[in-house]
Amino acid sequence: MRLSKRSRILLRVAVGVGLAFIYIPLFVLAVYAFNSSKILEWPPPGLTFEWFPKAIESTAKDAFWTSIKVGLVATAIALLLGTLASLAVARHRFFGRETISFLVVLPIALPGIVTGVALNNTFTQVLGIDLSLFTVIVAHATFCIVVVYNNSIARLRRMSSSFEEASADLGANTWQTFRHVTLPNMRSALGAGGLLAFGLSFDEIIVTTFTIGAGEQTLPYWIYSNLFRAQQRPIVNAVAVIVVLISILPVYLAYRLTREEGGLAAARGGGHERIEGGGVETEATAVP
Amino acid sequence: MKTRHANPARTAWLIVAGLLATMLLFAGCGSSSSGGGGGGEELKKLGKGEGQVNLISWAGYVEPPWVKPFEQKTGCKVNNKVAGTSDEMVSLMRTGAYDGVSASGNATARLFEGGDVAPVNVSLVPNYKTVFADLKGQPYNTFDGKPYGIPHGRGANLLMWNSNEVKPAPKSWNVTLDPKVASKNKGKISQYDDPMSIAEGAVYLKAHDPELGIEDPYELNEEQFEAAVQLLKEQRPLVGEYWSEAEKQISSFASGDIHVGTTWQYQYFALKEEGKPVAASPASQGFLPEEGATGWSDTWMISSEAEHPNCMYMWMNWIIEPQANAEVAEYFGEAPAQEKACEHTENPNFCSEYHAEEPAFWKRVYYWKTPLADCGNGSEDCKDYNDWVQAWTSIKG
Amino acid sequence: MSHRLANLFHGRPRLQVGALLAGPVGWLVVGYLGSLALLLIASLWSVNAVSGELVKNLSFENFETLLNEPVYRTIVVRTVAIAALVTVTDAIVAFPIAFYMAKVARSRGKAILVVAVLIPLWSSYLVKVLSWRNMLSGGGLIDWILEPIGLSGPGYGNTAVWLVMSYLWLPYMILPIFAGLERIPNSLISASEDLGASPFTTFRRVILPLTFPAVVAGSIFTFALTLGDYITPKLVSNNQFIGNVVFNNISSNLPFAAALALVPIVVMIGYLLVARKLGAFEHI
Repeated sequence: MRLSKRSRILLRVAVGVGLAFIYIPLFVLAVYAFNSSKILEWPPPGLTFEWFPKAIESTAKDAFWTSIKVGLVATAIALLLGTLASLAVARHRFFGRETISFLVVLPIALPGIVTGVALNNTFTQVLGIDLSLFTVIVAHATFCIVVVYNNSIARLRRMSSSFEEASADLGANTWQTFRHVTLPNMRSALGAGGLLAFGLSFDEIIVTTFTIGAGEQTLPYWIYSNLFRAQQRPIVNAVAVIVVLISILPVYLAYRLTREEGGLAAARGGGHERIEGGGVETEATAVP
Repeated sequence: MKTRHANPARTAWLIVAGLLATMLLFAGCGSSSSGGGGGGEELKKLGKGEGQVNLISWAGYVEPPWVKPFEQKTGCKVNNKVAGTSDEMVSLMRTGAYDGVSASGNATARLFEGGDVAPVNVSLVPNYKTVFADLKGQPYNTFDGKPYGIPHGRGANLLMWNSNEVKPAPKSWNVTLDPKVASKNKGKISQYDDPMSIAEGAVYLKAHDPELGIEDPYELNEEQFEAAVQLLKEQRPLVGEYWSEAEKQISSFASGDIHVGTTWQYQYFALKEEGKPVAASPASQGFLPEEGATGWSDTWMISSEAEHPNCMYMWMNWIIEPQANAEVAEYFGEAPAQEKACEHTENPNFCSEYHAEEPAFWKRVYYWKTPLADCGNGSEDCKDYNDWVQAWTSIKG
Repeated sequence: MSHRLANLFHGRPRLQVGALLAGPVGWLVVGYLGSLALLLIASLWSVNAVSGELVKNLSFENFETLLNEPVYRTIVVRTVAIAALVTVTDAIVAFPIAFYMAKVARSRGKAILVVAVLIPLWSSYLVKVLSWRNMLSGGGLIDWILEPIGLSGPGYGNTAVWLVMSYLWLPYMILPIFAGLERIPNSLISASEDLGASPFTTFRRVILPLTFPAVVAGSIFTFALTLGDYITPKLVSNNQFIGNVVFNNISSNLPFAAALALVPIVVMIGYLLVARKLGAFEHI
């Protein structure tokens, strides 16, 4: 697209300001993680590395692993249910088909506190079960389904069903078709969806607060409990910085996974020219 | 384009809808509440410790200096959750996942009525004999004639201010509650985020507006209640923060965002230790501003669903062990519950400074209490807790 | 075994659909919708003030309180207004970034930008809010920057909530717009320019209408997330939002909390229906 020089400059400035807006608070956070004093003043009096080893040794570690556990199981369930639902909607016609998309989006579109209270009420009052990691996993899986579903359905819609028909014509039954034709083509979408679902679950606090058992802590919950303790604050900052650094890898992976199909096309065509109508995948960007 | 013959998918949806409806019907009819008025039996005999005890407490009540010796002595590992308000404590207790709670008067009645706590068999708590007499058999810890808890200690809510910013040193609550005086600290006032703050208004009005005839700041009729609520509504624009976590208030005072407000001894001493310029009403005044203050007399209660009752009884006995109770009182800055603790305090004058042995002093401290419609003087038109909660939401706006 | 199962499904599309949907629909409809419906029923009950017992007599008194007490109207208006403001702010801030990423950046720059936008999503929500709380406090970063000009920061309050929420949900707006822009073939834009349109006209009459559904998709998240949040208002303001009041009432008065929680539910369902009509669901 031809932009005048002035427009280009304005655009770059806007982008710069936007990026600055995004990163300044993170930068401040990082600086405080190295703050040698426990009191928050700006600018900080000195820098030190001491909080990082303390962070790694602290109870944050248990909370971290709990979060990982919860995330993995919730993502697995979401992958299963999301894929099933997307397969049904993309490949079949039936009564109530349009409602499925709506239904799947609800847990994430309704405020977290509503989902949390509703599930808490059901667990404790109606079902009479105690809150525990299990209830947290159930809650997380519920709002993670939509992430997987959207990525998966976008992929299925663009994958022509003629492949599956050909496979059936060649004598494969439904399971073989799914395993050897459909699934491999969906892999990257599922991978991206799974990574995003995991990220969603890992950082969730509101629904978690209402569905977690007494003795357990996920990492966000740990952070919330330690948020105001003056002694702990530098450690909390350090923990946060560590989490951000660790997460750079999965984020990059998610991005690469969805670029897989379009990778060649983009490389061949260079930056600006693009094949009309298709080409570059955009599912990874669907619903963080 | 709907087909006329039976559509299996539609049937399936109808079945699901039917299931849903049935489930809801069940849920609507089922009752899951425990009976009103006391639950659980008191323990008959003290057995061996179960290895752990899960507590809910106020900040500063369960700390390593007395927890570690307890754990070593009894083998009961202490898992403690700090709560910021009585509401939080009540809701946590209702989950049934905790063994005990250090409940203030605005929680004890609710816990009793909800069947969440069991009576305490005081014969199993030897140290109870030497607890101060004016803490036993009180309306906030005794129900149906039975003791429902072990006293922890008592204190008054403090008026704390930044001695560099608020001059001259305030002698009265007017510095936070009288709009004319308080406006000098606009945006720098810190008020406790709980309906109990309405009682602070009532205490102020009891002294400054005697025509209202307020006797007990928790038993307010319509007119008295509206007056107190109005006072707090006028305070609202001047408030810098409503606090419920002690640590949050500490950081606000430390950073200078807040200059004056209601607080507990825990924050006061924590800030002094950090070297911050804070001050509270002097000991000579009993740490009380002119009008008196609201306060609390806290009781350790045992859950009716306690999974570790033996450890809980051991904890209740330990917390009023003379040495431990002395440490508890001095750490937090409150009057101990145990008479003999006065011989063990590091500061030999601690008990007299904190009026631990002066029942008359505590008449000016209005312990937190659950507001009930029953005014206690025959009439039933006092505002109850639901009204207080609604009013507090309206006040904060 | 798997053969037998597969043969069972072969040629029976309805059975396939049924089997596929049983899990997800069962979970979502019975588990999730069912929970919501239970909440709805709870909003018609009331509670004993002292014992906390639920009184299961149907009545509308909770809704009467919500309508009659002016404070709740204030709170709902405040929440919805800030949600709308946050949505508009994010749309405006996100668009240039998304446009640059989609149409101007070269492939490596694009990759870096996408990762750069996604990373804040993975930093803990709580820590981001805490960072802002520190920045907004008296003597914090914002005051420190504005001091030389003689201004002071907004401190805590509604402005702070608006700033922080706009910050938090920005990536949720950037990504759908980015995806939507990518889907616009460059040939369309070239055609528009060949026909003599200025860049601004091209933007207004070609790009904007085509990306509008994507913007709506992003707005679903900015709006919904703001509507239900209670942690951010609690940390950077003294004002009550819908989430705060629901949270405060959950343990002592669940029916009332449920009644208030219905407000965002109704608002969001309405919003979703409109968004679907506008085609946003293709862009989530």
